[in-house]
Amino acid sequence: MDSSFVYAGIAVAVILVVVVAALALRRRKVHGRVEPLAATPLVEAAAESTALLEIEVPDPAAGRLHRLRARLARSNTAIGQGLFALLSRDSIDAATWDEVEETLLLADLGVGPTNEIIEQLRTALKVEGGARSADDVREALRSALLGLVDPSMERELVTQAAGRPAVVMIVGVNGTGKTTTTGKLARLLVAEGRSVVLGAADTFRAAAAEQLQTWGDRVGATVVRGPEGGDPAAVAFDAVATGVKVEADTVVIDTAGRLHTKTGLMDELDKVKRVIEKQSPVDEVLLVLDATTGQNGLVQARVFAESVNVTGIVLTKLDGTARGGIVIAVQRELGVPVKLVGLGEGPDDLAPFDPIAFIDALVAN
Amino acid sequence: MFANLSDRLAGTFKGLRGKGRLSEADIDATVLDIRTALLEADVAVPVVRAFTAIVKERALAAAASGALNPAQQIVKIVHEELVTILGGEARPIRLAKQPPTVIVLAGLQGAGKTTLAGKLALQLKGQGHTPLLVAADLQRPNAVDQLRVMAERAGVAIFAPEPGNGVGDPVRVTKDARAFAVQKQHDVVIVDTAGRLAIDAELMQQLREVKAAAEPDETLFVVDAMIGQDAVRTAEEFMQSVGFDGIVLTKLDGDARGGAALSVKGITGKPILFASVGEKLSDFEVFHPDRMASRILDMGDMLTLIEQAERAFDAEQTERMAKKVAQGEDFTLDDFLEQMQAVKKMGSLGKILGMLPGMGDMKAQLDQVDDKDLDRVAAIIQSMTPGERGDPKILNGSRRLRIAKGAGTTVTEVNGLVDRFAQAQKMMKQMGRGGGMPGMPGMGGMPGMGGGAKKSKGKSQGPSKSKKGRSGNPAKRADQEAGLSVAAPITSGPGSMLGIGSPGPADNPAVLELPDELKRLLG
Repeated sequence: MDSSFVYAGIAVAVILVVVVAALALRRRKVHGRVEPLAATPLVEAAAESTALLEIEVPDPAAGRLHRLRARLARSNTAIGQGLFALLSRDSIDAATWDEVEETLLLADLGVGPTNEIIEQLRTALKVEGGARSADDVREALRSALLGLVDPSMERELVTQAAGRPAVVMIVGVNGTGKTTTTGKLARLLVAEGRSVVLGAADTFRAAAAEQLQTWGDRVGATVVRGPEGGDPAAVAFDAVATGVKVEADTVVIDTAGRLHTKTGLMDELDKVKRVIEKQSPVDEVLLVLDATTGQNGLVQARVFAESVNVTGIVLTKLDGTARGGIVIAVQRELGVPVKLVGLGEGPDDLAPFDPIAFIDALVAN
Repeated sequence: MFANLSDRLAGTFKGLRGKGRLSEADIDATVLDIRTALLEADVAVPVVRAFTAIVKERALAAAASGALNPAQQIVKIVHEELVTILGGEARPIRLAKQPPTVIVLAGLQGAGKTTLAGKLALQLKGQGHTPLLVAADLQRPNAVDQLRVMAERAGVAIFAPEPGNGVGDPVRVTKDARAFAVQKQHDVVIVDTAGRLAIDAELMQQLREVKAAAEPDETLFVVDAMIGQDAVRTAEEFMQSVGFDGIVLTKLDGDARGGAALSVKGITGKPILFASVGEKLSDFEVFHPDRMASRILDMGDMLTLIEQAERAFDAEQTERMAKKVAQGEDFTLDDFLEQMQAVKKMGSLGKILGMLPGMGDMKAQLDQVDDKDLDRVAAIIQSMTPGERGDPKILNGSRRLRIAKGAGTTVTEVNGLVDRFAQAQKMMKQMGRGGGMPGMPGMGGMPGMGGGAKKSKGKSQGPSKSKKGRSGNPAKRADQEAGLSVAAPITSGPGSMLGIGSPGPADNPAVLELPDELKRLLG
């Protein structure tokens, strides 16, 4: 290995630019592109615009997961109950194991973890011998699943810091629900009696700041906004500065969705974090993952972790039929725990993740 | 990351060389590899099962016929089958005989419906229609505002009588929109609906009502390319309870392998009409089944590489290079530097090189490529005076020493750069002269490039192959080979043969034809 690969890469680029240039030469200009209209400058460190709006009182955080258990069950019964039914059969043959495998694969667990859990179940059930009671099976299943989610991980969300506001950054690819999560997290914090400042550092997507503003207004949180298309790092900086000034407990920064393959955008995210750190350390970087995401979720998590050092995962849209099995792979590969789960469209459907309650809900009869 | 299917199969077959014929057990092992590859690409389990059954059947037939290179043969079979499933009848939007044509967008939350509405509107506007965007997503906070901004950017009209945020009835809005469109003479109406889960009976009922009110000519199911196993269930349920006529795949600019495309298409049988490939409103194109197949199998993908390059190089830069190529002007170290910076924008070097066909064998080495080396090369160039950059021939010993010191490196490194630059310069000149690369020097056989290299050599039909210019450096030769396969499309067809630019029926045959060539390169 020497630098020859570098030259190879450059040469490829040289060739590519020629190809692109040749194409450009041949191509007729078909139609002009519509330039985006200049965004109206709109800088406002919005004061609490609560005069007209009634401030809602969110549900308390404690016990949310229990309350949402029914919904979780709806989403996840198939995996827990399905496996349970399969493993309780009188004789477990190869076909049954195939079905077990399929059930796990359908949960987006991925090929690797699936094979592992099957191995584990095989050994557990072999030891039990022929006489398997329903409880034995349930216990084996429970411990196998618990092993996957690893209850020993630290899942406490750091939302308080001594002498300064705690800073939480929300990151993720497009459309996973970052802004919604930011809004719901603000409610969760307000429910615990914290004062919250929201930073709308998603200056890219149309109306993202308004969306966050709507969330902020509902619970009476201050929202710091910048001009559309402005520098997200500046907005984040202002948000933290506002947080310090009003002596808020927590500052939550919503960032624009970005695909992890866009190096420029990942650098921008890195910059947002660096700029915030000029004032205050960032306590939490939460990666929002959509429960419907497949194997690409692992790649996403890895790239985001490299760029901004992700400290926790928020798994959203778990109320559908999706199982979010990809977080298992993410948790294990990167050691980043799931800290919050989104279980519905309601404003108070974001809950702290409790692995034991979660698994118990899965295998409960 | 997992090696691609091609490599994995090659590994499986390595042990079988002496056997002469494949046994059924060998085929089973192969099919298992294919299964894993498809599952890693998020293809849904039922689809995988059906698919591997077909492949197994064909593979058995191929094995029986005693094919020379069974591994490649099977990859080819898999690829072909994928294209067959993904392809089918690709078609443009069906326009109503009696305007307005109504298009309803439906899908999960966060699939990208609102953004897609803007993109579709811009595209239709470019085709001379007068689209009207309808804000029927009254659920998500400020979705209406987002659509309004989209409409502004696309320069089209919007119908948004309700403020949204949970206020208003989407069914009513849709109904009124139709009348509004007729009155204002909009010939296409695009209805953006709220994202919903297929298991939410209430919202699905609402969607059915919206659909009934809209009387759509096209209902498009918008699906995220990153979706996992849930794709099938969601698609099935949308299909059953609401029904749709076509599929749009979004966020294809990421690196998801997009097995969902296969799942959704395989289960519903509805065609995939469009792919959304970026954040700009114009990043929208017709769907290419063959590229998708290569992507699912994680095979080298030249077309994607070229497209990525198109995005990384800005228009002005390309314009300038185009001129230089056309006039046979000298390519300077400044240009070299500029392109290096563009490479950085495209992502890591290892990934770029990995996209070249035939580079699979070097995956391990590619993973070790250090992008910092690019900076080192850049430092060398930046240590030169403008005069030196324009004409590297003036670089004598003492200048080289000064440059090496300035860049914090050795004279050998500087020499290496200058030599390679001279080769690149020569190559550019030749490309400019012939359109293709006929007499390109240094087309030696490349170890590790396999049969692909030889085939591409045949294709270039070079009359005189000068041996002097052959590079002693394997990597250098590799990229010369690569250059050849890139150059092939240039000589192969007119106009927008790469399917970049205005999507339309014209570029479809070429698009289908090109990857065939690449397929041959691969196997």
